[in-house]
Amino acid sequence: MTDTASENLGDDSIDDLAEASAASAGAAALLDGSTPDELGVHRTLRSDVWRQFKKHKGAVIFSVILAIITLAVLIGPFLYPADPFELNVADANQGASWDYPAGTDNLGRDIVVRSMIGGRVSLSVGFAAMMTGLIVGVAVGVIAGFVKWLDAPLMRITDVFLSLPILPLLLVVLLFFREPMTERFGESLGIFLLVVGIIGLTSWMQTARIVRSEVLAIKEQEFVLAAESVGTRNRGIITRHVLPNVMSSIIVSAALGVASAILTESALSFLGLGFPADFPTWGRLLSDGKNYMQINIWRTILPGALISLTVLSVNFIGDGLRDALDPRLRGKA
Amino acid sequence: MSTPVLSVKELKTRFNTQDGTVHAVNGVSFELRRGELLGVVGESGSGKSVTMMSLLKLIPMPPGEIVDGVAEFEDVDLVQVDPDHMRDIRGGKIGFIFQDPMTSLNPVLTVGRQIKESLELHTDLDKKQRQARAVELLEMVGIPDPAQRLKAYPHEMSGGMRQRVVIAIALACEPQIIIADEPTTALDVTIQAQIIDQIRELRQNLGTAVIWITHDLGVIAGLADRVVVMYGGRIVEVAPVKPLYGSPQHPYTQGLLRSLPRLDRDDELESIPGTPPNMYTEPTSCSFAPRCKYAFDKCTTEIPPLVTVGDGHEVACWFDIDKGEPR
Repeated sequence: MTDTASENLGDDSIDDLAEASAASAGAAALLDGSTPDELGVHRTLRSDVWRQFKKHKGAVIFSVILAIITLAVLIGPFLYPADPFELNVADANQGASWDYPAGTDNLGRDIVVRSMIGGRVSLSVGFAAMMTGLIVGVAVGVIAGFVKWLDAPLMRITDVFLSLPILPLLLVVLLFFREPMTERFGESLGIFLLVVGIIGLTSWMQTARIVRSEVLAIKEQEFVLAAESVGTRNRGIITRHVLPNVMSSIIVSAALGVASAILTESALSFLGLGFPADFPTWGRLLSDGKNYMQINIWRTILPGALISLTVLSVNFIGDGLRDALDPRLRGKA
Repeated sequence: MSTPVLSVKELKTRFNTQDGTVHAVNGVSFELRRGELLGVVGESGSGKSVTMMSLLKLIPMPPGEIVDGVAEFEDVDLVQVDPDHMRDIRGGKIGFIFQDPMTSLNPVLTVGRQIKESLELHTDLDKKQRQARAVELLEMVGIPDPAQRLKAYPHEMSGGMRQRVVIAIALACEPQIIIADEPTTALDVTIQAQIIDQIRELRQNLGTAVIWITHDLGVIAGLADRVVVMYGGRIVEVAPVKPLYGSPQHPYTQGLLRSLPRLDRDDELESIPGTPPNMYTEPTSCSFAPRCKYAFDKCTTEIPPLVTVGDGHEVACWFDIDKGEPR
């Protein structure tokens, strides 16, 4: 280090010191205060969250993958030359080729474009069912955690739902309600609502349990008492003090919820229930393709890989979001 | 002598637990005058915190229950007041400072958000004014670069800083009373001194009355105007600072003072023999009698009332220590 450099450094730090003590107008502040620039100049919640999210490499990579899948599913069918529903028996059961990148099915329809169309249903079912399950789960969990006399009844109901064998239940409900729902809302919307509703209403229990236990722990913490001591109402305590602290668990269960909803929908379609036979979803494509594996392996690999990638992406993004939204983890590492 | 801002009479608080009823506060009466700093001392479990928390109904109810008593504050009885009105008083007119700044701030909200919460609830200030007020408050409690610091999260601050934030929250709506529940116990000594200076200064500038709960007689000595000594859920002695330290009249107060280390003396520290009282039965006699070297038969049969022994000096003891004989 040259002399001039060290002189400059000295001057700067003295200036800083003078500024700091002027700002604090007292010696006390210097003792336990860190310098302001440590905190960065322009800080907003959004920039903080984004900065931390970017550090999670897996979350970033899989965000891009999920974005690509979503885009492909939404606008892909418009750009792609083939028609997903047009039958072309002459080209049935083709392997992968330049004309058909993933081959065709037994009725000569292009697998790639059918996977795109199928993704629309699978993704929207996944997210809608997750939201349904999440809303029910968080509501039940918060009420059980806060309202003492409702705790035991709600948790026993949760136990009952947990002990139900979900798949047979889904089958029965679908059988019973398929007709009335189709009559009221039309075939595709009716089935969509039915599938989303039934998956949502059978997947909230884990969320409810996690949220309840976290609420029970957090409401005993001193900052909740401190919030009460400034006159915060119960609603404010729940929305402002308890829920933000439960956020990380909620996000994790949301991510798991999307994944399991997509898988459940696939399972339903795979069993031939859920959406009608000519209505492609990833699960349905997989189910239809399984008998033709020796002829065209891509018929199962493409939708299967899309399901796995989506589920994986959502989990990674959830993980990254959890880290980014927790201020205690932000700014570290 | 100015009028009291808070006047508590015969406050009784119980906790109905599975193991029986805990008689935490057994008839506490005291007055807080405008702008004064009242120290409340006593060992753990003597009922000092529960007394003050009862006033704001911050004890969990159930199992807690305020059985009896009146607490007059601005023409309302805090014991009887409805929950809505109580919420206006909390934070708006009576501020509370908690013991441990590590746990009394919400870890996922910025400190600015937490300071503004109280302003949102109790004032008509708009968003800009709240921001300005929050900056002003942080400056007032001696935090450098307040505008930036508002955006910080609690974990980004040291213990002393956090306690300053807690104090800022308590001060936000310019309350008449601040109840500080051992505000310096969780801090190291240098920070403790700073916080004490800070509160002393703020009190002079704002004229807020402060109730300072502590088990540290040393802290109170240089800070309080008057001191209340509690034992077994009752007040055993009330006095201005000087007489209390100069001529304590209750054997428990004497014991407490003898157990303080002093720089100017070399003698061995004394401790008070025995254990704190069993709180599961309602006291029918002096709770301190089993540990008291002056105790005589009356002490084990009747509860001593507070009697005046000097200017503003009251003591609840059947034995006159100065004369060496029963009163």
